[in-house]
Amino acid sequence: MSATTAGRDTPGIYHKAGSLRAERRWALWTAYASLIFAAVIFLAPPFYMLITSLKTSGEIAGMAGNPWLVRDPTLENYWAILGNPLFRQFMLNSIIVTACVVALTMVISILAAFALARMRFWGSQVLATGVFLTYLVPDTLLFIPLYQIVGGLGLLNSIWGLVLVYPTLTVPFCTWIMIGYFASIPKELDEAALIDGASWPQMLLKIFIPVALPGIIAATIFAFTVSWAAFVYPTAFVTTPDNMPLTIGVVSQLVRADTFAWGQIMAGALMAALPPVVIYAFLMDYYIAGLTAGATKG
Amino acid sequence: MAADGSLAMSGTAGVSAGRANSLQRFARRRSTIAFVMTLPLLVVIVGLVAYPAAFGIYLSMLNRRMTAFAGTLNFELLFESETFWMVAFQSCFFAITAVLLKASIGFWLAHMLHHIPNNRQRKWRGMLLVPWVIPPALSTLGWWWMFDPSYSSINWLLSIISVPEVPWLGHHWWARIAIIMVNVWIGAPFFMIMYLAALKSVPEQLYEAAAIDGATSWQRLRYVTLPMMANIISITVLFSLIVTFANYDIVRVLTNGGPRDLTHVFASYAFQVGILSGNIPRGAAVSLFMFPILAICAFFVLRSVTRRNKEQM
Repeated sequence: MSATTAGRDTPGIYHKAGSLRAERRWALWTAYASLIFAAVIFLAPPFYMLITSLKTSGEIAGMAGNPWLVRDPTLENYWAILGNPLFRQFMLNSIIVTACVVALTMVISILAAFALARMRFWGSQVLATGVFLTYLVPDTLLFIPLYQIVGGLGLLNSIWGLVLVYPTLTVPFCTWIMIGYFASIPKELDEAALIDGASWPQMLLKIFIPVALPGIIAATIFAFTVSWAAFVYPTAFVTTPDNMPLTIGVVSQLVRADTFAWGQIMAGALMAALPPVVIYAFLMDYYIAGLTAGATKG
Repeated sequence: MAADGSLAMSGTAGVSAGRANSLQRFARRRSTIAFVMTLPLLVVIVGLVAYPAAFGIYLSMLNRRMTAFAGTLNFELLFESETFWMVAFQSCFFAITAVLLKASIGFWLAHMLHHIPNNRQRKWRGMLLVPWVIPPALSTLGWWWMFDPSYSSINWLLSIISVPEVPWLGHHWWARIAIIMVNVWIGAPFFMIMYLAALKSVPEQLYEAAAIDGATSWQRLRYVTLPMMANIISITVLFSLIVTFANYDIVRVLTNGGPRDLTHVFASYAFQVGILSGNIPRGAAVSLFMFPILAICAFFVLRSVTRRNKEQM
């Protein structure tokens, strides 16, 4: 800025300095106003699900007064849904599938990420790019050929079929972020270990896994939430209620054509959504680290 | 490799020949180990992604009973059907509108979060990410209940400000809007988190320099924030375009393609044709139509990501 314009602006500076605080305050108020507005919209659906799940069927059907409030809250929907053997079966299926997939994913992706981050070998760069590309392939592109393949293996209507295909959802991303975490570990650490005569497995177990633990937790959370929430594959591959995991079970089996037991459906949906939400509530920082790592780390 | 060198140096000079040999063996062993370690990953990528993708292309060229090769018949039949073009239109309309809305709402909220004091950000961020955390199929179920024609709680709220009843899922345009609304509701928090992380990484000095030069807040946004965030914005938008374009959950739960097949997207139409009606080759052909758009997006995502990596190095 030249001297003349600065001179001309001098009176303006005082004015600006005076308004700066007002401007900041105004910005703060806009910020809070928009955040409150957003929070109300973002939390309204889960809140309404909760309210509905606390109502009796009579109150839901009555349609008297404000639907967003509950007059006599009751837990009977929760007891009813917990007493439903089908729902308990969904829950069990979800737990088995998710546990297997998470374990499988973490073993596959930690081993592969260790090799890709530390041992340069023929094609390792191509493979790392390939991992990222497979992460970008959506499940809806593959479910029809996979339907044929899983059917050919005789695993349709079985939770093991789901255990087989879910890794396509989790492994690429977990490997990708683990490569990032492992690559950020200083080389001096493994050199020191090599000098001390550590073997590769020892190096992985005693150095990489402990040091990259936050990344491993983030990847585990990701694998858990994804396999818990998976919807396309179970919808396509499982049609017998006994083998359904929670997502499709709640959506397809609790919603019966004529008699909508809305209170129970909402109670079931909320309980099915609970595990990821609880994990999120307790491990929010890891969750967010995993979310942002995909784009910022690698 | 420094590691190998230090090992060699630790050996005594007298056995240098044997050393070199064992070093070679060591290197060979290392690549073998590496290969074994990546083998499970290769199995997943090749066996469960690459092979099914190729198999899908093959499937799409079979006849209905999958007994004979039919060439491009499935594609030709799709091109002739009016429903298919409807689906293509709806997919593009849905993906583009939803992504633009998600990105702008996310950008706005990230800025608002960035404005408030640091110690309060955590709480707000925690609350605002809830839609992203709930499994989409289940939260969409909640939305479905809110859109229910006779019990709609949204219509109840609208009736307070005397807006006439909206036939949310009954009329195809309203159903399309409803699907977009739910998708934006689920996806906007993700953009918010990504943009907040990006905003925090913009060096404060740049803003100070801009302020000294007398930049207005609009100029700061246009000439400092946006260029600094350009890469992350393109990555998130393209990535979200892929995911949104291939979305299935919301349409399945909310409308199941109705009314009159007017809200089907590629994924739900492929499901309808391929699995529910049992015409697997046709279904595979439908889902293959997602591929070109996804490939273009993937190409640009990859380019932005590599560019970003280079910047950070």
